[in-house]
Amino acid sequence: MSPKSKWTSWIKVGARAATLAVAAVLLSGCDAVLLDPKGPIGEAERDIIYLATGLMLLVVVPVIGMTVAFAWKYRASNTKATYAPNWNHSTVIEAVVWSIPVVIILILGTVTWISSHTLDPRRPIASAQKPLEVQVVSLDWKWLFIYPEYGVASVNELALPVGRPVHFSLTSSGVMNAFFVPQLGTQVYTMPGMQSQLNLRADHAGSYLGISANYSGRGFADMNFKALAMEPAALKDWIARAKAATPLDTAAYRTLAAPGTHSVALYGTVEQGLYDRILNQCALGGICTNEAVSMARIKGPVPKGPLCDPKTGKPISIKS
Amino acid sequence: MNESFLFGKLTLDAIPFHEPIIMGAVGGMVLAGLAVVGALTYFKAWKLLWDEWLTSVDHKKIGIMYIILALVMLLRGFADALMMRSQQAIASAGAAGYLPPEHFDQVFTAHGVIMIFFMAMPFVIGLMNIVMPLQIGARDVAFPYLNSLSFWLTAAGAMLVNISLAIGEFAHAGWLAYPPLSELPFSPGVGVDYYIWALQISGIGTLLTGVNFITTILKMRAPGMKLMHMPIFTWTTLCANMLIVAAFPILTVTLAMLGLDRYFGMHFFTHDGGGNPMMYVNLIWAWGHPEVYILVIPCFGIYSEVVATFSGKSLFGYKSMVYATMCITVLSFIVWLHHFFTMGSGAKVNAFFGITTMIISIPTGVKIFNWLFTMYRGRVRLEVPVLWTIGFIITFAIGGMTGVLMAVPPADFVLHNSLFLIAHFHNAIIGGVVFGVMAGFSYWFPKATGFKLDPFLGKVSFWSWFIGFYIAFMPIYALGLMGMTRRLAHVDNPVWHAYLIVAAVGAVIIGVGIAATVLQVVLSIVRRDKLKDTTGDPWNGRTLEWATSSPPAFYNFANVPVVKGIDAFWTMKQEGKAPKLEPSYAKIHMPKNTGTGFIIGILSIGLGFALTWHIWWMAAGAFLAMVGMTIWHSFDEHRDWFVPSETVARTEALHFGVKAPEVVQ
Repeated sequence: MSPKSKWTSWIKVGARAATLAVAAVLLSGCDAVLLDPKGPIGEAERDIIYLATGLMLLVVVPVIGMTVAFAWKYRASNTKATYAPNWNHSTVIEAVVWSIPVVIILILGTVTWISSHTLDPRRPIASAQKPLEVQVVSLDWKWLFIYPEYGVASVNELALPVGRPVHFSLTSSGVMNAFFVPQLGTQVYTMPGMQSQLNLRADHAGSYLGISANYSGRGFADMNFKALAMEPAALKDWIARAKAATPLDTAAYRTLAAPGTHSVALYGTVEQGLYDRILNQCALGGICTNEAVSMARIKGPVPKGPLCDPKTGKPISIKS
Repeated sequence: MNESFLFGKLTLDAIPFHEPIIMGAVGGMVLAGLAVVGALTYFKAWKLLWDEWLTSVDHKKIGIMYIILALVMLLRGFADALMMRSQQAIASAGAAGYLPPEHFDQVFTAHGVIMIFFMAMPFVIGLMNIVMPLQIGARDVAFPYLNSLSFWLTAAGAMLVNISLAIGEFAHAGWLAYPPLSELPFSPGVGVDYYIWALQISGIGTLLTGVNFITTILKMRAPGMKLMHMPIFTWTTLCANMLIVAAFPILTVTLAMLGLDRYFGMHFFTHDGGGNPMMYVNLIWAWGHPEVYILVIPCFGIYSEVVATFSGKSLFGYKSMVYATMCITVLSFIVWLHHFFTMGSGAKVNAFFGITTMIISIPTGVKIFNWLFTMYRGRVRLEVPVLWTIGFIITFAIGGMTGVLMAVPPADFVLHNSLFLIAHFHNAIIGGVVFGVMAGFSYWFPKATGFKLDPFLGKVSFWSWFIGFYIAFMPIYALGLMGMTRRLAHVDNPVWHAYLIVAAVGAVIIGVGIAATVLQVVLSIVRRDKLKDTTGDPWNGRTLEWATSSPPAFYNFANVPVVKGIDAFWTMKQEGKAPKLEPSYAKIHMPKNTGTGFIIGILSIGLGFALTWHIWWMAAGAFLAMVGMTIWHSFDEHRDWFVPSETVARTEALHFGVKAPEVVQ
């Protein structure tokens, strides 16, 4: 037993050391974009990751050390070690093993409570500048960005001003997705008929990968976009380029909404109220959910005859 | 789609003849099936199979069948894992890989469903079945027929998943089938329907197990065994089954509502008509989070038994352990929202669920310290079950750390759905559940079969799993920090490519571990005479299961033991009161075998298949036949019998190595 268990124990020590070394190499790489954020939200989140990991390592490292040490010291072949077969209780040890995790969790819980509030995705980023409003729609399988302030729209390319906060309103045309630019921080689900909100800021110019972080079907792997954080001059050029492009009207949206992947595209104008109609699921016709809700709330007898679109007055056929 | 009366939506096109990978797998399954049928016929074993196994209500045999199912499904689920790892390794440097998205999406969905529902669950329930009644000194579970029915419903669910490979398709909406993606407009095929019926049928089986085991533990303990005298594995079994009874109805109802959406155009989870997909996500996780604990809590019990037995010491802090388990049981129901912090709940809601999640790490940490202090001042025999336990403590400490990290909502805002999450839950489930059931498998194998497992191959298996796990999942943690999300059929990133190759190598090493286990079982069966356990107590055990012969007589205990405290068998041995051959025995009251559970299981496959393909006559027929069988069975009043005292005496004499005629009076 003795030589064999010695041998296995050495393997274990070696394996652990190798694992730690590998982990250290992996994490020090600059490819870990979550640890190399380009805005205040991402930075705060990275710091929380470091803090929480550090706090927990205070327990985890001794536990792993004790595991190996106890298994080695009290191995059956080591008859010199104390053997106390009936020792199974110690109030002191039990008090300590309950209180150590309690203390760590008290600290982490406080961090959680505070940071959940300061980093709430809906909380505006404090700034002298008014945030830029961007409306985001996830489609099968591409991203549509509408900029009411600039009057333009883009597909699979998100233009951001450096240093100015951005407020995103997000929805989905069909299935759930999640809007995520890893280097800027916080992701948020996009859901049909519902609007999510997110506040971010890019502090450094650059092109950052944006993805959908929630599986959404066949074309999901190609549902990427570029987030371009630009200085004012570059942004101005981008807007000018967009303005020169074709308009985004219902017909163009219908093409976009068809399932499939899409290359980068720009739109010079956006049809009035398009985002709201996407949000209320009537951009391609049918009755808008917000209007259906208000109709349902009208008290009194149900009007006879076919339902009419309140805007156009034309009868609507409700698709099955 | 046109539906015919006779075949519903089913046509010959449903069989994917043009897919060489699928047809290869199907061909392999058919050949394996034919080989089993051939072997049974050649060895004239059909009657034996029917009398001794298919109709058995013996908890030990049902447990063995659960574990066989789990091991078979482990191979299927692991094949899916290898396909995913190789596809991502190949298709991350510009190549398209060999799996188109339609196929890749089914593979990751099937992997999750199979590993949780048809590998981990049957393995854990199988071990509970074999061990728990023995530990409490009972002769069977409270409802032996129900136990058989539970198993056959679980097996029926697994069969449906495998049938979907050959006929039609499986779901490609992820293992929890979030709507709207799983709704008819986005998943018009039969995949989600297979998913719904496979889980509904097996889920009912699991729920019945929960009712059965709670009743068994509360009502059938040996005289003198108070709750606080129960072995820790029995405690954890009780907690896990309370979770089953509380959580599985949520799964049943949620899937039923999804089914109503798909079959009758209702709109519980679609946005039009006032439904809401967020409701599904809440409900499925209100089941899904307790489910994680249903799997891992019994494994905590296994580690407790193993560490005490092989340290030659009683468990440190028994009471702490019980309270910690109970804390985890209760807390597991108030943390489900941490699976979707990024769905836009307010700061206070997120913070609440983040903090409740962290609180679970307190009792879990206490458990880990208790295991450590059980080894402290012990005589630790580094046998295979102990290796799995030590591997668990190290691995689970890391998995727990990354879990608590993601319980901080702002950290989760960037880590959610990333490969970091994938690495975390594999860290917890492989390190916690797989290592646990493997520890239990090698620990209780001699009890269930009468011979030990070959220890060398057991060590090969452990080291392959342990090293393979780190090589496979450390790069996946790193990829998560690099911003790679889950479920990508292909990516194009040369930096990620290298990490994905390393991860694939790790999966292959884990594969060596699985192969070693299979080889270990085969080799141990061949060498069973050499590895025989004649004592019934091969590890110098502490709890009552070791007071029986290996394998135990079908009635478990000739005389029901009387218990005075924890570690009942250890105390008996210390006091020289271990069971020995008695001059005479009383007759024993036992349940009779019945084929009803098996037949209802087969019928439920027909029901699930017919509902999936809209073959309404067949669904109605199968359902009516199931109801008919149940009614018929309820009129069967000859369900029990008495084992004559001579038979008991002869069996016991054999166990104690005395020639039978000398004691038969």
